Amino acid sequence: MTDRLTTRPEQSVDDAAPEIVVIDDVSKRFVLRKDNSLKERLTGLGRGKKHREEFWALRNVTASISAGHTVALIGHNGSGKSTLLKVIGGIVDPTSGTVSRRGRIAALLELGAGFHPDLTGRENVFLNASIMGLSRSETESRFDDIVTFSGIGDFIDTQVKFYSSGMYVRLAFAVAVHTDPDLLLVDEVLAVGDEAFQRKCLDKIRSFQEEGRTIILVTHTLSQVVELCDRAILLNKGEIVFDGEPRDAVSQFRDILEERRVSEVDAAGDLTAPPKEARINVVSAKPAGKTVGAVLEDGEDLVVTVQIDHYEAIEGWFCGIQIDSTLGQVVYGTTTKRAGVQLPAVTGPQTIELRLDRPQFGGGKYFVNVSLMDPTGRHFADLPQGTSFDVAPKKKSAGTLYAEPVFSVVTD
Amino acid sequence: MSAQARFEALSRQKLATVGAASPSGRRSIAALKEIFSHREMLSLLVRRDLKSRYKDSALGFLWTLIRPLTQLFIYYIVIGKFLSAERGIPEFAVYVFTGLTAYGLLSEIIGGGTASIVGNSGLIKKVYLPREVFPLASVGSALFNFVIQLAILLIFSAILGSFPWSPDFFYFFPSVLVLLVYGTAFGLLLSALNVYLRDIQYLVEVMLLLLLWASPIVYSWSMVKGILGNGLAMQIYTNNPITLAVLGFQKAFWMGGQATAEYPAGLGLRLGIAFVIGLVLLVLFQRVFQRLQGNFAQAL
Repeated sequence: MTDRLTTRPEQSVDDAAPEIVVIDDVSKRFVLRKDNSLKERLTGLGRGKKHREEFWALRNVTASISAGHTVALIGHNGSGKSTLLKVIGGIVDPTSGTVSRRGRIAALLELGAGFHPDLTGRENVFLNASIMGLSRSETESRFDDIVTFSGIGDFIDTQVKFYSSGMYVRLAFAVAVHTDPDLLLVDEVLAVGDEAFQRKCLDKIRSFQEEGRTIILVTHTLSQVVELCDRAILLNKGEIVFDGEPRDAVSQFRDILEERRVSEVDAAGDLTAPPKEARINVVSAKPAGKTVGAVLEDGEDLVVTVQIDHYEAIEGWFCGIQIDSTLGQVVYGTTTKRAGVQLPAVTGPQTIELRLDRPQFGGGKYFVNVSLMDPTGRHFADLPQGTSFDVAPKKKSAGTLYAEPVFSVVTD
Repeated sequence: MSAQARFEALSRQKLATVGAASPSGRRSIAALKEIFSHREMLSLLVRRDLKSRYKDSALGFLWTLIRPLTQLFIYYIVIGKFLSAERGIPEFAVYVFTGLTAYGLLSEIIGGGTASIVGNSGLIKKVYLPREVFPLASVGSALFNFVIQLAILLIFSAILGSFPWSPDFFYFFPSVLVLLVYGTAFGLLLSALNVYLRDIQYLVEVMLLLLLWASPIVYSWSMVKGILGNGLAMQIYTNNPITLAVLGFQKAFWMGGQATAEYPAGLGLRLGIAFVIGLVLLVLFQRVFQRLQGNFAQAL
């Protein structure tokens, strides 16, 4: 993937830009009913609230978004971000509080919603465009652009039910971006489609940014947040916990995810059978000479310490250490065997230290997995994601690998 | 458009509250305005309904004719001939078809309207639209079928040599208005209720079957009068807006009964009163719809 940091268009957003969305103390309560027919309701009448369950998807959310910004809503599943997007779009009414808005809006909550399978692509384009607020003559004048952008070609006069899912999505996206919205709401749709299509979406979003359009997007792809947005709102349990720089929001979000993961691991840990041969007690990772939790800066060594309790002495065992990105992709991995180090077969506690000589990680959070293996390669103790460490964000590049970029213009 | 020009255009617009969250709920007038601004989409929705209904069928729109003609055939043969209901009713076929045309409009508006919100759940969950357009689109497609049926009726009576050409023809307009206003009112209410309680859909089917027989469509008003007399029961029967509209239709289109048929006194006035009450109901039910629609997206 190319570096997008430097290509992010400068959004000429001055303080004079008008507010386009004002969210004022919005709360949303959902009531879940478990009975849905008349009979169930009548028989359940006497038992009161047994069949009702309520929860707050949003609690006292207040924010104001100025025109021209690209704002990401992030948070884990169930944090209320999609609900907030729907409230902004007017699809769901808030229980209390108000949302005010101006300008033309297009919502891409689900590509192709509103396509009728029995109608042709052409008929659906007109229907969908009119749902998004375009008049017939406006649609007619843009029709050729829409078809060209979608790449559907002659299939435009075929019933949509015969379309492949890719064609369906392309046509829907083409309609949505040609409705000239001032405000575009996007929910996870950038994850749909093949790579070429995704690139087309992203390019379109960039040109939207240059044209001063406002975009609010919900996404789980944190790299997109940093690349595309100039503001991020982090939601947790229906409340705004952070609102500001995307980088800071993403790192806070990773902390929340980490907390959740730790508590889940703790909960799961009680269930596993006690280990026979050995147990990995503690894994820690820190910059050399600093305390655990310190951010790894440029040029510092990384020290990973593994404390093991051996119950049986195993001849020829070895230890593997692997470093993953937040997406679970292996960034680095080594074993004592590869490194040519013999480990003593003992019982009782033992500590192993791995020192990485000035690693060139990109900015972000990384996880450390540790495995102990016998000579045949069988794992006898594992500690996946035993610890994590943070690498200072890099100004000049994105991705998990860092190298100093040196550009020059080549002249023959 | 440059970013700056866009900002300037935006800052000239007023910030508007989204959805029905404004303190007293959206007023009916505002709702009407919003629907009016979506009228093009409304017509597209009606067309979509009509197009998709008979898409891929060989006979296509002919099916819209086959159903009422079959109904006419059954009532004419079974009720008219076998049960000899036609004895006191001259031109019985025209009589029945007139009533069926009127009733068909109402039942199609209410039946289609009730299912409209649930049937369009895909759209409602993903895009904001004034939700009233869906029951209104059912009104549109019902009207389309109605016009076809009306055309058949007129051709039919022309062939029989009794084309409805009399001052009584003007009873047609208040009658249609009464049917439209009641159909729309109940279509709105029931479509919203159906979201929360799917039983409504089936209940409506049963009620529509019942109402068909509660108005003088296949029998005559005077037959009922002969049995109920002039008491309260007869008043209730007569002032049923469907009965009034059906009677109005018969007065307008059924030439065979011009000389002999008996109509309640002051039919025009009754229709007028029914229309006003219908309007009040329409406004009322629209408010109910407005209150309920805020939770459509999550209830579907």
